[in-house]
Amino acid sequence: MNSSYLLSCPYLAVKITPAIPVVGGILFFFVMGTLLRTSFSDPGVLPRATPDEAADLERQIDIANGTSSGGYRPPPRTKEVIINGQTVKLKYCFTCKIFRPPRASHCSLCDNCVERFDHHCPWVGNCVGKRNYRFFYMFILSLSFLTVFILAFVITHVILRSQQTGFLNALKDSPASVLEAVVCFFSVWSIVGLSGFHTYLISSNQTTNEDIKGSWSNKRGKENYNPYSYGNIFTNCCVALCGPISPSLIDRRGYIQPDTPQPTAPSNGIAAYGATQSQSDMCDQDQCIQSTKFVLQAAATPLLQSEPSLTSDELHLPGKPGLGTPCASLTLGQPTPPSSMPNLTTEAALTDILPLKEEHVGHQFLTPEEAPSPPRLLAGSPLAHSRTMHVLGLASQDSLHEDSVRGLVKLSSV
Amino acid sequence: MTQYRPQEDLSKRFWVHNLQELRRSASLATKVFIQRDYSDGTICQFQTKFPPELDSRIERQLFEETVKTLNSFYAEAEKIGGSSYLEGCLACATAYFIFLCMETHYEKVLKKISRYIQEQNEKIFAPRGLLLTDPVERGMRVVSFLAVLCEGTELLTSGLPGEDPQK
Repeated sequence: MNSSYLLSCPYLAVKITPAIPVVGGILFFFVMGTLLRTSFSDPGVLPRATPDEAADLERQIDIANGTSSGGYRPPPRTKEVIINGQTVKLKYCFTCKIFRPPRASHCSLCDNCVERFDHHCPWVGNCVGKRNYRFFYMFILSLSFLTVFILAFVITHVILRSQQTGFLNALKDSPASVLEAVVCFFSVWSIVGLSGFHTYLISSNQTTNEDIKGSWSNKRGKENYNPYSYGNIFTNCCVALCGPISPSLIDRRGYIQPDTPQPTAPSNGIAAYGATQSQSDMCDQDQCIQSTKFVLQAAATPLLQSEPSLTSDELHLPGKPGLGTPCASLTLGQPTPPSSMPNLTTEAALTDILPLKEEHVGHQFLTPEEAPSPPRLLAGSPLAHSRTMHVLGLASQDSLHEDSVRGLVKLSSV
Repeated sequence: MTQYRPQEDLSKRFWVHNLQELRRSASLATKVFIQRDYSDGTICQFQTKFPPELDSRIERQLFEETVKTLNSFYAEAEKIGGSSYLEGCLACATAYFIFLCMETHYEKVLKKISRYIQEQNEKIFAPRGLLLTDPVERGMRVVSFLAVLCEGTELLTSGLPGEDPQK
């Protein structure tokens, strides 16, 4: 689109005014700048809770719910808060081990909780949240201006040429203009539409997430009014676009400390399968099989997001129903950046961490409600196993084995 | 992480040194977490409810005053008004390059907060064997009090050996 615009530039610059390509250029650079800013800034990721905090929260929840209920999965945890007269439910995030602040949501693609979560934009390749919403808005606004600008001047170009040489000749002279006009025309509809939508969201202080779910009604006097809105459009806009930006809460340049040195992973299926065998030999218990099942199911289910990388070292304390087995070295750590604070991965085995990814994956697995049945999977072809291990198996299988043994030793020393 | 300023006063140096000791031995400490209070929306506020674990360590009033002061600092940081709009517009006009030269208002207040916390630790909490951690080190989720083992007292420990309290 821009290249054919560049081709029409000389003609337009000469014919009308040289300001046209200049303005076009400025707009283009502004668009690219805001795009890069949106893509590369932290949307407002909430770092995961430290193990102590997670343990403390768990304890409080257990006290609140009575003793831990039986069953494979603990009950969903919510807390209610009254904000500005509205009751808002705060959900507990199993992956991040926190109660999500209001308006925050867990992005499955980024695998992080994001404050004031708007949506995950695939064009930008990042979540849009509290910290980068204004950049995103400026990006789409400037892009809509740019698209309209280009469309207008491509049409002008063709018209001016056709005044000289006739319409068909004009099209022959600059064939790219046709393509450009078509592309621009469709872009205008979609981008301008999107800008309009986000302008509406900003003026009513809602997020895309809330709007899609229909959380707040717009009509006055209704019961579920938006508690975050400041009342008038102007204030809402100012706050969204010119309000203070909080600094990033994550350390994006820090190194993730591995728990144990990871030797290079074997890349063949056979070794992986062999390792799986040794693991299942080691864990005999029902619960272990259950958790294996769960992970296999999850691995077999086509998930949209990229597969997480694992640290093999997270273990449970015994006592968590169904999940608290020492052999859940299948539990997963956090994926690669944007990652939370480094110390999370350095924990010694005596932690209370629920199987992060397992639950998370399980959570997602349950929502779309497409479940390959467990026995079928577990009857398990080596293929399924090795695929699982491929998912799991960035770390070497030997080290998995080693770590689970180590974990057992540590647990026994409690 | 808080950096230590050069201390002129000897007594201050003593407390700073003590603070370092406290941080190192904080791995053997009981931790008390004060969670966020969302009743006013998404602004950063911490609950002023007095946790029962601190009952024997600190007076209720001191605790409440500390938390309330922290809350007021955060409110100041997130305040929306003329100056924040001006800063936002100026930043936008300069394509955010201005943040290479100056800090945002929020960052300035965060620095103030960490100075305040260090002061409070030195004056009030360290003598009582407590250590307050800066919420910004915990992702603004909690304010945590570390009750460090004092000589001659026994505390139930739920902390983990080897954890670095600075992180």
